Amino acid sequence: MSETGTEGGEPAGATAPSRRALLGWGGAGLALGAVAAGGAVAAVRSGGDTEPASDSGAAVPFHGAHQAGIATAVQDRLHFAAFDVTTKDRAELMALLREWTRAAERMTAGRAVGEGAYGGAAEAPPDDTGEALGLRPSRLTLTIGFGPSLFAEDRFGLEDRRPEALVDLPKFPGDNLDAARSGGDLCVQACADDPQVAVHAIRNLARIGMGRTAVRWSQLGFGKTSSTTPGTQTPRNMMGFKDGTRNIAGTDEAALTKHVWAGAADGTDWMAGGSYLVARRIRMHIETWDRAPLQEQEDIFGRDKGEGAPVGKAKERDEPFLKAMLPTAHVRLAHPDSNDGATILRRGYSFTDGTDGLGRLDAGLFFLAYQRDVRRGFIPVQRRLAASDALNEYIQHVGSAVFAVPPGVRDADDWWGRALFA
Amino acid sequence: MRALRPSVVTAVAAVAALTAVTGCAEKSDGKGDGAVQVVAKDDSCEVSSKKIPAGHVELAVQNKGSKVTEVYVLFPDDRIVTERENIGPGTKAKITAEIKAGTYEIACKPGMKGKGIRQTVEVTGGTAAARSPEMDKAVAGYRTYVQAQADETLPKVKVFTDAVAAGDVEAAKKAYAASRIGWERTEPVAESFGDIDPKVDVREDGLEDGQEWTGWHRLEKALWQDGKLGAEEKALAPTLYKDLQDWQKRVGRADISPTSMANGAKELLDEVATGKVTGEEERYSHTDLVDFKANVEGAERSYELLKPIAAKNDAALTASLDKQFAALDALLDRYRADRTSYDFTSYDKVGKADRKELSDAVNALAEPLSKLAAAVTK
Repeated sequence: MSETGTEGGEPAGATAPSRRALLGWGGAGLALGAVAAGGAVAAVRSGGDTEPASDSGAAVPFHGAHQAGIATAVQDRLHFAAFDVTTKDRAELMALLREWTRAAERMTAGRAVGEGAYGGAAEAPPDDTGEALGLRPSRLTLTIGFGPSLFAEDRFGLEDRRPEALVDLPKFPGDNLDAARSGGDLCVQACADDPQVAVHAIRNLARIGMGRTAVRWSQLGFGKTSSTTPGTQTPRNMMGFKDGTRNIAGTDEAALTKHVWAGAADGTDWMAGGSYLVARRIRMHIETWDRAPLQEQEDIFGRDKGEGAPVGKAKERDEPFLKAMLPTAHVRLAHPDSNDGATILRRGYSFTDGTDGLGRLDAGLFFLAYQRDVRRGFIPVQRRLAASDALNEYIQHVGSAVFAVPPGVRDADDWWGRALFA
Repeated sequence: MRALRPSVVTAVAAVAALTAVTGCAEKSDGKGDGAVQVVAKDDSCEVSSKKIPAGHVELAVQNKGSKVTEVYVLFPDDRIVTERENIGPGTKAKITAEIKAGTYEIACKPGMKGKGIRQTVEVTGGTAAARSPEMDKAVAGYRTYVQAQADETLPKVKVFTDAVAAGDVEAAKKAYAASRIGWERTEPVAESFGDIDPKVDVREDGLEDGQEWTGWHRLEKALWQDGKLGAEEKALAPTLYKDLQDWQKRVGRADISPTSMANGAKELLDEVATGKVTGEEERYSHTDLVDFKANVEGAERSYELLKPIAAKNDAALTASLDKQFAALDALLDRYRADRTSYDFTSYDKVGKADRKELSDAVNALAEPLSKLAAAVTK
């Protein structure tokens, strides 16, 4: 996208709440989107970035300075898993990360794990579980992160290596976090255009990890709620609103460098080229939202439902005039201009985990945001949203995690986290 | 256990029976080199040779009858060596298996019903893979173990069934879990006799239509859920004892191979993963951890006997198994005050987080254990 920046001129100060801002995450997407837009600025829009849609079966290169799955054009599907490390042995953890890296290289290239899914010894279970046989790479990306608990004392000798930017998230008003859906020593984000490819990847990594890691929680996502490719259609969230209009574009190197990639000068050498990920499971009260009048819905988000245009504007991508929105509007509150320029790259997905036993859809947004420093990204934005967002009446944050996402794997000898353990 | 696990039962029997088991059947033109020709008709089952060299045996089947048929190779006690179902009229099929020397029957079942039309064949010669002395030792050791488990269990079963027959609820409750330990330790072998398990260890949800519910779990429900023993339950006690005597009598003759031992160990962990960790197995008595421990002990016994062979082929695997068995044993010990007793915490008192920890430990062991069979046969 393009626009990362603020624009339009609206004075930042506008924060007053009004009603609308909403979406943000609940819109999260939106709101944050807005956020994204703000700060930085400048972006490039690239117009051309439509490439993503072009070949949804292709392979995304695994090796590089940054991990794939962040600036990569957002794929259609998600399987995200958080793991507890069950071994106490540092060497075993390192061996696991090496094995995972090799498996990830193969799977992202569309190949089976190990010796494959068939043709091996008849007495042994196949290395690969097989359900992705015959499927294309589907732009699978696998992105690893390290949670704060991995750096705890008396675990793996990493207590001195914890980045300052990897802070524990504060408790925000309205949080109703389930410990069983929060935290984790490690995470792997699997994104692909084919859900079976994403599920296969997590399943096989989990299997390789057994005895050293155990899945703590996982989340499937079926509809991207933001886009890192400005030229493409902005997806809608479960509330029916376009979300993520103003996300950081995956091609906008300047914005990525400023807001997403951790730098060598940021204080943690092993994180240079990495990023910080915040994951939040945001349940939407779908049934009550569906009963809200259109005007209220639009006011809450600060955009109209059909086009997605900011209040008072004609087109989705018109720069929002924040003061025209209610002070509590999601877009307004989440906009970088309302948050000292705080800008994050959103990569969330809608989820529906069936119903909740009371006949209500267990649905919402699995919010994923990458940023250079959580203290200058998610935290200030969420503080503002948690305090004032009109959308809060219709959403609840029920899961939360934060991870340090290391830089990319350079080549076939490198592995996830090598610099951390160096 | 469950009443219906045809795949496991068949697999165990087949594995045990054969050195290698490929039991597969594929379509082919049915002619060939050395294949034994089987011509199945509605009223006959012709076999081209009654003497078959041991080793890799191929049956080329032609169905010249008017009904869909199936062809089996059976042990003298009717256990299945290999089979092929759904061979249509006028079609051909190929069945292959590794078969050791011995007497077998080939059965054609026109209409896929009944005992079938049978031919006895002799499989002869020494092509059966020669086993190493250490493999024979492992198998012999396991055979002894399996028999000993049955022998030690029967008196405990008697205590239980006597209490039930006498209508003594408290005494029966006390004797229940202990009466199951030997069975649980050797369950895959017991299950390989397809007929015993459904009589003694089926749960209510595993019953087939029309099947009478008998065995341990029916009595478990009466004792814990109903809190009383009716005339029907009392009458079932001697039946349970008799069925388990049958097990005791037959268990020593089970076909056991290093492969079946390794697979059996993995299956015991599967039992834990699907039945015990969830609390389904002992849903009334909540004695799941007793079964859990017994399953793990049985798996560990198989493993220890196979370890000298496996360690030579895959030392990293045995190191990992040693570690994970120890870790799971240590974890289970936290649920009993005395390491020599089987008095484990009632499973309804084990919380969600603790169950997950147990489940993770089972996965940690079962995953490498699934590689033991290959390490033994390498």
